[in-house]
Amino acid sequence: MIKRLSLLLALLLCCAACSPIKPWVKPYERQKIADEIMSFDRDPVAGSYLHHVYDAREAARGGDGASGGGCGCN
Amino acid sequence: MAVINSSSPFPRMREYRFCLFLSFLLFAFSSLTQAAVLPDERIDILYHGYDGGGAQIDGPSVLVRKSIGSSVSVAANYYVDMVSSASIDVEATASPYSEERKENGLSAQYMIDRSTISVGYVSSKENDYDATTYSLGIDQSFFGDLTTLGFGVSFGEDVVGQNTDPNYKRDLQRRKYSINASQILTKNLLASLSFDSASDQCLNLADTESCLNNPYRSVRYLTGTGGYAYQSELYPHTRNSDAVGLRLMYFLPYRASLRAEVRQFSDSWGIESDNAELRYLHPYGERFLFELKYRIYEQTGADFYADLFPFRDAQNYLARDKELSPFSSTVLGLGVTYKVPPGFIPWFEKSTVNLYWDHFNIDYDDFRDARVSPTEFAAGSEPLYSLQADVIRFYLSFWF
Repeated sequence: MIKRLSLLLALLLCCAACSPIKPWVKPYERQKIADEIMSFDRDPVAGSYLHHVYDAREAARGGDGASGGGCGCN
Repeated sequence: MAVINSSSPFPRMREYRFCLFLSFLLFAFSSLTQAAVLPDERIDILYHGYDGGGAQIDGPSVLVRKSIGSSVSVAANYYVDMVSSASIDVEATASPYSEERKENGLSAQYMIDRSTISVGYVSSKENDYDATTYSLGIDQSFFGDLTTLGFGVSFGEDVVGQNTDPNYKRDLQRRKYSINASQILTKNLLASLSFDSASDQCLNLADTESCLNNPYRSVRYLTGTGGYAYQSELYPHTRNSDAVGLRLMYFLPYRASLRAEVRQFSDSWGIESDNAELRYLHPYGERFLFELKYRIYEQTGADFYADLFPFRDAQNYLARDKELSPFSSTVLGLGVTYKVPPGFIPWFEKSTVNLYWDHFNIDYDDFRDARVSPTEFAAGSEPLYSLQADVIRFYLSFWF
């Protein structure tokens, strides 16, 4: 499902690249997305710790928007 | 004898990545641009605790982030893991142990008009494992700040040791390449897409040696007399992995947000995993934020994993790490943030007190509890293992 969504997004972006698009959300319309509750990484220390726990308990890694670091958890 | 290909590439995944990479470039450079912003100046003091499966890990983490002038931000992070472990791996073949891991990190961000360049350094040390990571990244905002595109690379050098053998030393090199794109889709909806390609490589090792495993862990095999015995694990010398994650954040019709995340992962060891998460954040009054989260995760096992091998040296690679076995897990999380009234703590514009609890429930599909009596359970018929863990994060944050 992710691959299909990714391909769809890629297709949309390719189409977008060929046309003169103007920003459709004006700066004065962004009060909601600027709200603190809309932050993907509101508290970076707490967020990176939980990613560390996931990395230690699961085989998967990456794809979560977090930067890498030494784990020492094998 | 099973032969495992340890370096199978992912041509389809790479095609996807390349296609998306080109798409983002086309999109980005056809767009309008606007200046980026530096991260907040803040101090975070965290206490973290993990308790589950016989292991207790806790310690502090402190982050200080400060701007220098209007275009530079620097940050320092100090993190400690204090480990006291009598986990199932330890109880099966070794003795409970205690150890400490300390991690120091430095990073800097330099903002040039529409771009932010980031550099980072992380050093992690424990008595039998040293890790050093260097990272470099660049973010650029486009299209009136609707789009942010980022590229990153990190390079790591680890030295793996073993407490019982002072001559044991394994060198390991890690690389990771990342592409991130964040997009404002509507007035209420944000999206973020991330691709990571990572590679681990052992250096200067003989075929009979490993560096990507825990050197204390063993696999078990049938002895032919109805019982089983243990031998050392043996892993491939390389591991390549790809991961793609999509995150969406939606501002609900009332003041609350809903965050959804899906991720797909695969690696050259034959592991494939998927996870999905839903997170609800609800402000209450002026001072409180409440969070509710639910996450599901499942993975297949590595090609060379087995709970019980049919005989000694049954394959060229051998693993019995439960993190490489097939399993599924759920995480339920609850949290609260309290905003301290302004002026209550001098010098800081804003302060918060935060408490978050996550409960992990992991059910292993092919990892058996070998601690049971061999007279009661025949080899290979022991009960499947499951693990419950609680994770606590208590932290104070100060903005200045």
